[in-house]
Amino acid sequence: MTHLLATEHYLQATGVFKLTWLLLVLPLIGAAVLLLGGKRTDKWGHIFATAMAGASFVFGVILFFALKGRAGNSRAITETLYHWIPVNGFSVDAGLLLDQLSGVFVLLITGVGTLIHIYSMGYMSHDPGRRRFFGYLNLFLASMLLLVLGNSFLGLYVGWEMVGLSSYLLIQFWVAKPSAATAANKAFYFNRVGDVGLAIAIMLMFSTVGSTSYEKVFGAAGTTLTKGTLTALGLLLLLGACGKSGQFPLQGWLPDAMEGPTPVSALIHAATMVTAGVYLICRAHPIFDGSQTARTVVLIVGVITLLYGCVIGCAYDDIKKVFAYSTVSQIGYMFVAVGLGPAGYAIGIMHLLAHGFFKAGLFLGAGSVMHAMNDTVDARRFGGLWKVMPITWVTTGLGYLAIIGFPGLSGFFTKDKIIEAAFDKGGTSGALLGTATLLGAGLTAFYMTRIFVMTFHGKRRWLKEFHPHESPKAMTIPMIILSIGSVFAGGLFVYGGSVQHWLEPALGKSAEVGAHTISPVILTILTLVVVLGGVSGGFFLYERRAVPVFQPSQVTAFTRAARSNLYTDRANETLFMRPGQWLTRMLVFVDNSVIDGGVRGLAAGIGGLSGRMRRTQTGYVRSYALSMLGGAVLIAGALLLVRIG
Amino acid sequence: MPWLTILLIIPAVGALLVALIPKSQPLLAKQAALGISLVELVLTIVMITQFDHNKTGYQFFQRYDWIKAFGVHYEVGVDGIALVLVGLAALLVPVVLIASWDEVDDVAATGKRSVGGYFALILALQCGMVGVFVSLDVFLFYVFFEAILIPMYFIIGAYGGPQRQYAAVKFLLYSLFGGLLMLAAVIGLYVVSTKHGVGTFDFTTLQGMPISDGVEKLLFLGFFLAFAIKAPLFPFHTWLPDAGAEAPIGGAVLLVGVLDKIGTFGLIRYCIPLFPNASRYFAPLVLALAVVGIFYGALLAIGQRDMKRLVSYTSLAHFGFIALGTYALTTQAGTGAVLYMVNHGLSTGALFLCVGFLIARRGTRDVDGFRGMFQVTPKLAGVTLLAGLSALSLPGLSTFVSEFLVLVGTFTRYKALAIVATVGIVFAAVYVLYLIQRTLTGPRPAWATAGAGPDADEGMVTEYAAAPAEMATGSGVHGPADPDLSDGEQVTPGGVRRRGPVKDLTWRETCAIAPLLGLIVVFGVYPKPILDIIRPAVTATLQNVNQHDPGPTQVSSGAH
Repeated sequence: MTHLLATEHYLQATGVFKLTWLLLVLPLIGAAVLLLGGKRTDKWGHIFATAMAGASFVFGVILFFALKGRAGNSRAITETLYHWIPVNGFSVDAGLLLDQLSGVFVLLITGVGTLIHIYSMGYMSHDPGRRRFFGYLNLFLASMLLLVLGNSFLGLYVGWEMVGLSSYLLIQFWVAKPSAATAANKAFYFNRVGDVGLAIAIMLMFSTVGSTSYEKVFGAAGTTLTKGTLTALGLLLLLGACGKSGQFPLQGWLPDAMEGPTPVSALIHAATMVTAGVYLICRAHPIFDGSQTARTVVLIVGVITLLYGCVIGCAYDDIKKVFAYSTVSQIGYMFVAVGLGPAGYAIGIMHLLAHGFFKAGLFLGAGSVMHAMNDTVDARRFGGLWKVMPITWVTTGLGYLAIIGFPGLSGFFTKDKIIEAAFDKGGTSGALLGTATLLGAGLTAFYMTRIFVMTFHGKRRWLKEFHPHESPKAMTIPMIILSIGSVFAGGLFVYGGSVQHWLEPALGKSAEVGAHTISPVILTILTLVVVLGGVSGGFFLYERRAVPVFQPSQVTAFTRAARSNLYTDRANETLFMRPGQWLTRMLVFVDNSVIDGGVRGLAAGIGGLSGRMRRTQTGYVRSYALSMLGGAVLIAGALLLVRIG
Repeated sequence: MPWLTILLIIPAVGALLVALIPKSQPLLAKQAALGISLVELVLTIVMITQFDHNKTGYQFFQRYDWIKAFGVHYEVGVDGIALVLVGLAALLVPVVLIASWDEVDDVAATGKRSVGGYFALILALQCGMVGVFVSLDVFLFYVFFEAILIPMYFIIGAYGGPQRQYAAVKFLLYSLFGGLLMLAAVIGLYVVSTKHGVGTFDFTTLQGMPISDGVEKLLFLGFFLAFAIKAPLFPFHTWLPDAGAEAPIGGAVLLVGVLDKIGTFGLIRYCIPLFPNASRYFAPLVLALAVVGIFYGALLAIGQRDMKRLVSYTSLAHFGFIALGTYALTTQAGTGAVLYMVNHGLSTGALFLCVGFLIARRGTRDVDGFRGMFQVTPKLAGVTLLAGLSALSLPGLSTFVSEFLVLVGTFTRYKALAIVATVGIVFAAVYVLYLIQRTLTGPRPAWATAGAGPDADEGMVTEYAAAPAEMATGSGVHGPADPDLSDGEQVTPGGVRRRGPVKDLTWRETCAIAPLLGLIVVFGVYPKPILDIIRPAVTATLQNVNQHDPGPTQVSSGAH
């Protein structure tokens, strides 16, 4: 438990760190100017927003290196901005915490965020709502930065719900589309279900520790909090994490969220916001460290979700939906990693960062293809695009190789680490976990190959009137940068254990030393064999054979189940939506007829209401005056009576 | 300076003056009423700056004998709880006057009613609202409590929607019934005080007075039922949807924004200090009604098609939170509940105004008559969205601060109740976003396609002479909520006034709604100033009845 001490003591901000708040205020200013400024800002709003994102990134880099320049144990810097909610014992300050963990998140959020702002300048250039779009994007950046920089659980909660709002606004950005509005609502509802868990966790913290600040809560987690409380807290936080990160059983909203513009899918629904659940678990690691039960549930959720995402990813032809299920599944991997406890926190974060690069790159690639193909998303209508869109082909291809874990690319290092750590857990559970993650790797290779081949290779299946072309520079440059990240990030993170080492003071010492269940070399070879199997499966089924333009309907029950999201949506409908609608209708009836009817009946019985209803206006005044008079007489009489008596 | 008396006199005299302005000069009546309400607002703000939140007890205190024989005094004073509610009333009245500027023109044009009458009634209402919050004599409180019904009755009955008479009478009878119960309890209090040899209605004297157990419970019930009807709490609420739906928008805002707060204010000001033991005895009942109300109100709001009824039902859910916070008897929950009262006034006031603006454009209250307003009136849609987000207590907005305080304060004493109530935030999201989805999103509606809209004109005040006649409908407030109303058809009840094509938020509407939304944002980011006013009063209230916050349960005694 010694490692806990490191997280309890944060240093007060000095010098440049006193300006940490600028990180989130800059994009907030951007959002305010664009959303309140109205049409005046139409012409330059997108440039302004991108500049704000860029400035935040530059400042983030400055802070990061300033942090790096300090000694390892003095890199957690906190600053109280003002007293936010002071009510006697409950006293919450608006404060920020910049440490190794939030530092890397700041870089990820502002870095990928800025690239996606630039990309959107091209992607959204013809959209009449461009200003609104950039305003929302800036709002998202500010909210997400608040989420990772808050120094208390309540501060995190504010960012947590604000990113939910940004996500909601951006999913239904094209407001005229009813499907987009439905998807946005679904996202918000699912998130709120998760937020209930987070909110109750915060209440439990206050009632047991008397505070919601990280410092106090984590201090108590290692000392005074009982095991039961830690488990309860862990499970409640997990519920919140599941909502935000699209994990089972709250995964249903994420694929629908693809209704939003593709840059949104890349930034919010792949690289940053949906990984907030992983951040939450890592941030709250002193709580999870103290509860084996909570960690086990995290593992179970992660495994279910990672396989669920893979299976459904194999069945869809919609390129964005496949990537969305892939995101669900990759975050499942991260949950498995962090569910392993101290052995996996840093590995989970590494995969999260690497995933941020390659998945954002893949989505931007998909956006580039859609841009060229009049917003078509059906991969059965693509094919042979590699020749007409060479840059997109290369960048997406590198992202594809990275995610399947091609040797030397990001995924190879970070995902293999997770598989290795899963096996290293040992025992039956370790073997099961390892097998599941290994199976997931194979399935990932299969569905990614399938969608990549369907899109870029094989025969051209698109309509004659389409004239696909390479996207403008504003779009390709961010794609190129992200693809470079997809190639090298993983290796850099792992090289000499650099990221693990960096995160160690914030996440506790990684327990991974020596005890390998299976030798890493053998495991790597095994993984490669499985991945190769998946790739060749996808290749032979979709490159060698002709892909039908229409989805075949004569398929197995398993495929049908996968196409209907393994019936999870139907379960939600049957279990919650329909009974809810039924209950609502019944209550409306009950309120009108039973409760109100009872009152009306009572009134009619007394001879009041129904008679009065038919009277004329003057009748009202008279009867009203009469009742007032009656009341006055009653008062006077009663008082006199009391006085005399 | 006798601040409170001045604040009582200004709207009372103002109401008289405005009522005396001849019918032929409606504009003068409007301007006079607005001017008076602004003077009241400025004075209230100055008074709030004079308030010393470090002092306990009542400030700006004044006391004169009124009816010596019964020990009735004119006695006024405010603590933090009353102060913020007086402030809320002072803010909402000018907002409502601006928003209702031409709302009753149609009704007035029929000759039966006058514009000045409506504005005078609102000022009269303001006098009553201030009176209720500042009274420190139970009898005086009762007089204001009942007197306030009269202007509201006429506002609904004379200026409301098609079912206005039904709604007004229902409102009146419900309230009179509650008032009668309270009257009995007020007299009972007096009897108790005579037993102790004083014979008084003075609140501070009554506060510490020992009452026998059975009597205390009965008296508590008298007050509680009156307040539960006023607030209203489930299951005494069925007058609210009718009144809220049929009242003109301005009246509806004041009804749910301030008048309903009299009920929740009464719970914390009268029920707890006067009947502490009965309060503790009945707390489980009140808490249960509160939690049921949260879900009941939310589910019914989801099921409504009439937008004004919908907003009324959301209030029922919010009053559940307020009652929960009040009866959890912790300072966090209590402070949260009082802040919730203010926030609810701002937030639901804003939502009612937005709904009213939408209705005025479309001519129906039926939610199915709308869609795609994001494209027709983007600014109005934007402020409606923000008002909606405040209704679902989004963090960053002031409603979140109050709701979370209520929940966290409840949790320290009643874990299960707090957990159940927290689930209510999901339902809040549903009723708000489902409304937003049905009204604001979707394709541009056919009835709003002619020329106007966002891209036609930024100036927004221009009238379009070329607009097709069927588009140019009159005020929609009186239009029936006809579910079969199809695109392009609009009912023009009086057919009196014609409007241009659908305009976005006008400058007048902006002036009305901006202060509300502005405060919601400011108090969301920095609620400390208002909490500093409320917290000491709530803390004192609970200390007086010997109620202390539970401390943290799992900390080491010698920890840092």
